[in-house]
Amino acid sequence: MTFTLYPILYTFFIGFTDLAGAGNMSPHLLTTDKGGNKPLFDNFVAVLTNANFQKAFKNTVTIWTLNFIPQMAFALLFTAWFTDRRSKVKGQGLFKILFYMPNIITAATLAILFNVLFGYPKGAVNDILLGLAKTFGVKKDLLASDPNAWKLAISYDFNNNGTALKLIVAFVQFYQWYGYTMVNLIAGVIGISPEIFEAAEIDGANRVQTFFKVTLPCIRQILLFVLVTSLIGGLNMFDVPQLYAGEKKANGAVMTLNMFVRSQGLDNRYLYNKAAAASVVMFIVIVILSSILFYILRDKDEAKLKKLRKQELKALKKGM
Amino acid sequence: MSDNAINKSSIKRNDTGLKVVIYIVSVIFAIMTLFPFVIMITNSFRSTFEIQQSTLGMVSAHPFENLAKNWNEITNKEFHPLVGFKNSFIISTLSTILNVYFSSLTAYAISAYEWKLRDAFNNMIVGIMMVPGTVTTIGFVQIVYKLGLTNKLFLFIVPAIASPMTVFFMRQYLQASLSMEIVQSARIDGAGEFRIFNQIVVPLMKPAIATQAIFGYVASWNNLFMPLILLTETEKKTIPVMVKLLNGDIYRREYGAIYLGLFVTVIPLIVVYAFLSRFIVEGVALGGVKS
Repeated sequence: MTFTLYPILYTFFIGFTDLAGAGNMSPHLLTTDKGGNKPLFDNFVAVLTNANFQKAFKNTVTIWTLNFIPQMAFALLFTAWFTDRRSKVKGQGLFKILFYMPNIITAATLAILFNVLFGYPKGAVNDILLGLAKTFGVKKDLLASDPNAWKLAISYDFNNNGTALKLIVAFVQFYQWYGYTMVNLIAGVIGISPEIFEAAEIDGANRVQTFFKVTLPCIRQILLFVLVTSLIGGLNMFDVPQLYAGEKKANGAVMTLNMFVRSQGLDNRYLYNKAAAASVVMFIVIVILSSILFYILRDKDEAKLKKLRKQELKALKKGM
Repeated sequence: MSDNAINKSSIKRNDTGLKVVIYIVSVIFAIMTLFPFVIMITNSFRSTFEIQQSTLGMVSAHPFENLAKNWNEITNKEFHPLVGFKNSFIISTLSTILNVYFSSLTAYAISAYEWKLRDAFNNMIVGIMMVPGTVTTIGFVQIVYKLGLTNKLFLFIVPAIASPMTVFFMRQYLQASLSMEIVQSARIDGAGEFRIFNQIVVPLMKPAIATQAIFGYVASWNNLFMPLILLTETEKKTIPVMVKLLNGDIYRREYGAIYLGLFVTVIPLIVVYAFLSRFIVEGVALGGVKS
């Protein structure tokens, strides 16, 4: 436990100190004389009012939402389809294996691969665009007179446009994680006893009803697990945006919170205290959001049971 | 009777329609999954000049000459896949073994023994699970600098002993599958506690251990954030850190080399996945959180 707990506590501590500068190893609390006699929460105030931090926060939430909603939607859809008892989909084993595959590939590799694919002026996506434009005769006159100018007019510089960058990074995240989510959800559904589905069938529930009223409530635990891990993973997003575009591309369009922390603490700036404060803020956000999720998806019956048991115990003790 | 028949046939018709939709969407997603890899592989066998003509062209006239040229291009500079593989292999293998063994041990301790603060400990594990990796980073990096341990591979091996996520999974699995009666009867037969764990509990947990080992191995192999900060010598770099080089200025516009470099890093993963995929996709059910 020391390997995990000690760095965490140490990070919290650094957040309240003056630790900055390369090679500086001796932190002093901000309120003391050596620490500059500043208010204790100085680093936190500085981070929260930092324009780049706010931008990173917004970017992270935007990219996460853009990735998370389709990811959950398609994962649930494929789960519903592949576990449906009435229409057994053939070849689903192969599909599952294919869909899960991007998840095992190094994220760094995927980021650079997609970067090359969306390259400008030469890249696979732009080549497809050019091919389509040619078949459908877009700007025919220009193509006839000046093919090179036509090529430039049709192809698109994805990697320098903020919105395009956000969408692509969200897509790469989606591409990498929907299979993982699906596999986890399917595992949950397989764990449900088939009798429950038979009962639903006999009661005349149709597919949609069965899925929403029987399947989903039964996999609540695994849903919670998937939601929480995806939330944490999403807020920690780093590999793909860092390697796809970096902090500065398109005015920092895909700078995420983790990239902000790294750039503060370790990119020739060495503002360890600010970086630590920023990561503590991230931690607080994650704890709040996860608690909300836990609260929404809590097992209501189990909570009631626990309460009852406690009351019984109390009554017993009183009786004794 | 007739009513029933009509009902049945309408369900059947519904089925075919739905099935067609399922297949179309699945095939589209399958193509989407494979497309980038196909481009990557075909372009590894093409020269940069050919790629600049069009990325989508299929087969080059001299595929193997191009491959050799691209290979020379990447290895002449800082990208050394074999060094990266070696380092990644050492880190991933050792850290996965430690991770799985000690997590099972902790999970067993939590679910099999009654001890003070057990619930508090369990809650702490769930709590630590929520801590983002970044929070540990700054503290961890500071400690490493202080002790002067940069560029040491064991930095990424030893901390694997404590991985709350795996403990959580293992505990979930143990609660469903371990019956205390077996443990008790082993105790009566005079087996020591460690012997009970190694010879009874570990075999029982095999499916959970296998799935967690695969996840742990993949996560460790693909880890970029910390190694990027702490491994700066070329001799110590892992594969993801090497991959980052492909994005830098030194390979600017050498598209053939970039594609080949990416392809090389993917090969071992694809090979392993080809053998284990069935197991992974179905095995997840065994280690998963049962509801």
